[in-house]
Amino acid sequence: MDVRRESEHTATKNRTTADRKSERELVVTRVINGPARIVFEAFTKPELFKRWWVPKSFGLSLLSCELDVRAGGTYQLMFSHNGSEPMAFFGRYIEVTRHSRLVWTNEEGDDGGAVTTATFEEKGGKTLLVMHDLYPSKEALDAAIASGATSGMPETLEQLDELVVSLGASVGRS
Amino acid sequence: MRYILNHMVQYTGTRLDASFAALSDATRRGVLEQLGRADASITDLAVKFDMTLTGMKKHVGVLEQAGLVTTEKVGRVRTCKLGTRRLEEETAWLERYRQLWDARFDELDTVVEELKRKEKVHGRKKRK
Repeated sequence: MDVRRESEHTATKNRTTADRKSERELVVTRVINGPARIVFEAFTKPELFKRWWVPKSFGLSLLSCELDVRAGGTYQLMFSHNGSEPMAFFGRYIEVTRHSRLVWTNEEGDDGGAVTTATFEEKGGKTLLVMHDLYPSKEALDAAIASGATSGMPETLEQLDELVVSLGASVGRS
Repeated sequence: MRYILNHMVQYTGTRLDASFAALSDATRRGVLEQLGRADASITDLAVKFDMTLTGMKKHVGVLEQAGLVTTEKVGRVRTCKLGTRRLEEETAWLERYRQLWDARFDELDTVVEELKRKEKVHGRKKRK
């Protein structure tokens, strides 16, 4: 594929992978062009964290972000989608190893309480970041996937619909 | 969310034309919404949308060709359901999930670049 992405960091854009490693595990990886201590900082300082965790393209705004990054400490993120009712995401840090490993729980909602492990592995000034989600059961992960798939459906159809309308309009003109 | 649409456009590929054609009709969109709530027979759908069995069969046929609906005949009843197979759903979900993280990491790149620049300017004095 010969698709060039217009982006300020085209030259340094690394590939993100996402895989279901087992019935209970999801793994996401990406190389970040910076040392582990900096990447770790971006994960653990709220003022930095909130700049990247919710990309602008999601249409979500992060209302607040509290991170008490130490073993046993809690975190809470409040989001809103186009001014709708705020949603809270929260949990607890289980393990904090400076510049190399973070483990936290995800306790919001009913997605079965996955545990996320983030590891930061530095090589030659770059960091291999691995985000590992372990779900309590196969059913919990299946449910998370199914809810994501179905909740995306009406909106996706609506957008397809809009696209159909605009395509129809352009066909009409030509 | 915009990126989901981008994804749809990229990944539904050749099916897209058929999907657009199928979705350009209000009844067929209604049928999809209906099937999103529960599977239904062609007869059920015909009654619900107040049309003849033949008319509904045609609509379902168009949706079926676009891969949006599957049908299965059990005895004398043909049951319709949304056409996305479970595995395809999971693959599509994983791709959306990947794109979500990819977008996040793009922003993380920006933050990290900035921190690296700052560190250069301030030198690495007093680093523990």
